[in-house]
Amino acid sequence: MRIRVLAFARLRELLGFGVGELEVDDGATLEDVWARLARDAAGLGALRSSTRFAHNGALATGSTALSDGDEIALLPPVGGG
Amino acid sequence: MIGLTAQPLDVNAMVRAVQTHAHGAVATFLGTTRETSPGDPRPVVALEYEAYPAMAVEEMETIAREVRERFGPLEIAMLHRTGRVVLGEPSVAIVIAAPHRGPAFDACRYAIDELKSRVAVWKREVYRDGDAAWVENAPP
Repeated sequence: MRIRVLAFARLRELLGFGVGELEVDDGATLEDVWARLARDAAGLGALRSSTRFAHNGALATGSTALSDGDEIALLPPVGGG
Repeated sequence: MIGLTAQPLDVNAMVRAVQTHAHGAVATFLGTTRETSPGDPRPVVALEYEAYPAMAVEEMETIAREVRERFGPLEIAMLHRTGRVVLGEPSVAIVIAAPHRGPAFDACRYAIDELKSRVAVWKREVYRDGDAAWVENAPP
């Protein structure tokens, strides 16, 4: 199945993209996607504890199972204001 | 008037949007680009903001609802810049119109504190030497 991945700020720079499409296994969770991205992007894995996930525009936990066409977002600690 | 904009903030327009004859107090908070960084000795010349617009605006609207629930009948305008905000310019503006100054000040303080800890906006400091670094808000 195919999902859309959004990444912001430091995570966007480490991954090298702000918006991407990814082919993942059926039944994959947010944590699975993170693990796969962290394999290819040096320095990403160390940021897991400070990263929050969003699933179709709402905060979600790593165990959230994904469906074809879903949009996920990788959110570093915010810095507004 | 709640959301994100890439344009300079027009605080007077925000005041006009919220103030009515029911209001005896208007409190305004502006967060502006400061030259000194708590984490870096180099002078800051600008801040650059990016946002996840869908989540950021939804959270700002949630905060506005909370403000009305907690502080009574009032009107709120809340705008945050995206992109480059140079030294001295505001990146965020919150305007509260309330019957009296107490709730106006309290609501303004609540709104900026919550915005800084919850809204999906990120910033990096751009230094005079051209280098830049992401900076995160302290946890609440």
